[in-house]
Amino acid sequence: MSLGLTRAQWLAVLAVLVALALLPLGLKRFGIYMLSLWCVFVVAGHGLNLTMGYAGQISLGHAAFFGIGAYASALLVQAGWSFWLALPAAGAICVAAGLVVGFPALRVQHHYLAFATLGFNVLAWLFFRNEEWLTGGNFGVRNITRPALFGRSLDGDLAFFYACLALMAAASYATAWLLATPWGRAFAALRDNPIRAESLGIDIRAYTLAAFALGALYAGVAGAFFAPLVGYIDPSPFHLTHSLAFMMAIIVGGAGRFFGPFLGIAVLILLPEWLRGISGGALTRIAQEWYLVGFGVLVMAMVVWCPGGLLGLAGRLRRRA
Amino acid sequence: MADLVQLLVSGCATGAVYALAAMGFVLLWQTSGTINFAQGEFVMLPAFAMLAGLALGLPLPLAFLASLVVAALVLGAAFKRVVVDPLVRAGVLPLVVATLGLSLAAKHAVRVGFSAEAQPFPQIFPEGVWNVLGVRVSAADVGTLLVAGALLAALHLFITRTLFGRSMQACAQNPDAARVLGIDVAGMILATFVINALLAACAALLVTPVWFARFDMGEAIGLKAFFAAIIGGFNQMRGALLGGILLGVLENLAAAYLSAQYKDGVALALFVLVILFRPEGLLGRAEERKV
Repeated sequence: MSLGLTRAQWLAVLAVLVALALLPLGLKRFGIYMLSLWCVFVVAGHGLNLTMGYAGQISLGHAAFFGIGAYASALLVQAGWSFWLALPAAGAICVAAGLVVGFPALRVQHHYLAFATLGFNVLAWLFFRNEEWLTGGNFGVRNITRPALFGRSLDGDLAFFYACLALMAAASYATAWLLATPWGRAFAALRDNPIRAESLGIDIRAYTLAAFALGALYAGVAGAFFAPLVGYIDPSPFHLTHSLAFMMAIIVGGAGRFFGPFLGIAVLILLPEWLRGISGGALTRIAQEWYLVGFGVLVMAMVVWCPGGLLGLAGRLRRRA
Repeated sequence: MADLVQLLVSGCATGAVYALAAMGFVLLWQTSGTINFAQGEFVMLPAFAMLAGLALGLPLPLAFLASLVVAALVLGAAFKRVVVDPLVRAGVLPLVVATLGLSLAAKHAVRVGFSAEAQPFPQIFPEGVWNVLGVRVSAADVGTLLVAGALLAALHLFITRTLFGRSMQACAQNPDAARVLGIDVAGMILATFVINALLAACAALLVTPVWFARFDMGEAIGLKAFFAAIIGGFNQMRGALLGGILLGVLENLAAAYLSAQYKDGVALALFVLVILFRPEGLLGRAEERKV
């Protein structure tokens, strides 16, 4: 399917993929790890971008879906399942959870929905922390093994990076495809004017639920890769603050724009690590310490002056030039 | 039985602090349609302002007064001017996102600029436990309850009995009509922002001796204030009061009799019940969906 891209654009996408595949050859172990992390978070970011950026349903519980996927896959693998069976299972559990969370969205909108999803995140986090018999509580799940594919172990950092990159490419393609279908149009209609969408015959109940279920599916699959990537999970990466960070990353990158998550997640997780990597004069140390402050201010500035995010800003500058 | 009474009293004390924060939240929503996701940080920042005052050698009452002034200027007027005014026409969501950004920035500015550790804060009530008819209640709980109760009562009288307060209400109910009647709508909205900041600073004074001053103390308070406001009814000041007290008491009872680990889940459970069965809140009125 062409997805509305010209041949030159497809070639550009291919070139970027090849560049990404070659990039880790010049990186040390930590660099490869950070790039893998970026791939995994971008997949989760696509999910939130679908729910929030395209379908307009504010979701402040994305880290919880991410966590459910991570715990589900880690625990199933430890119970002896193959990772490739645990992965769809984790996705299915997240879809179910997404439907449950989407249900209040049928009754309430906007800020109420923000609180409902936020509450779900708090509850999921309490569950991860308190149900020690299942999740190991604060001690978490240790020694999560990486899977093998077609008899080849993905245990090495580089091998697992390629798995994460393949996942990101597949998820990105799926997103682009979905957005080109009538579903994608219906999501945008739901965001822009739900009542009008309804009068045009779009079943807004079904689409609202679908938006949540899809977002959760992406987050769950990303979480399922996150667990073997870091090798150890405890409740902390799935706290509410990370849901908020996810959401702000999408806003900073550009909500409702296909490339938004790539950029937003890079600003959120790659940029501070890069700052840390620069051998530090006083200035980089200050920049690193105040990074999250700057990020918060950037989010405010974005919403006030540039609702399209960094991508929107780039577009605006290009038009002016 | 004695235990129960004790739990009720301390629950009411905590709940009254929630109600203070929730009240400001509801006020902002009523007059300007602002959802302030940084409400918790509006409690945290005055706490650190007071600590800064104490560090400069001011006695606590003076430090408190200074923090009231700073809160009114920064968290009231400047917040409205810089963050809310440019966004208020864009709808609810951009403001939610912007205040989330503000909350993140404020939290980490305090963490980096002040300290990541919990800071001790002077007790404002005498320590000790009173024995009333065989029931033991702590002086701090009673003091908190009395002060918060007095503040809420004063606010209620101010809003319902004074011309200024009635004008504020008019702006909340129908800004156009209020303008026709010669009320300075912009001034009234500014006043609610200042009142919100003052209430948050008072909540900081009451809660910090118990919880200690920490850069992330606002997370818990902010969440409880939101949930209290929604449970009670987002568009009713009485609702915020009811929601706050209900939450404080039920949390205490749940921690004592059900599970201390899931204490923070009480607010959620109540909230889910409310939005499923009575989305406008216990005391609220339904708002119409606008095209």
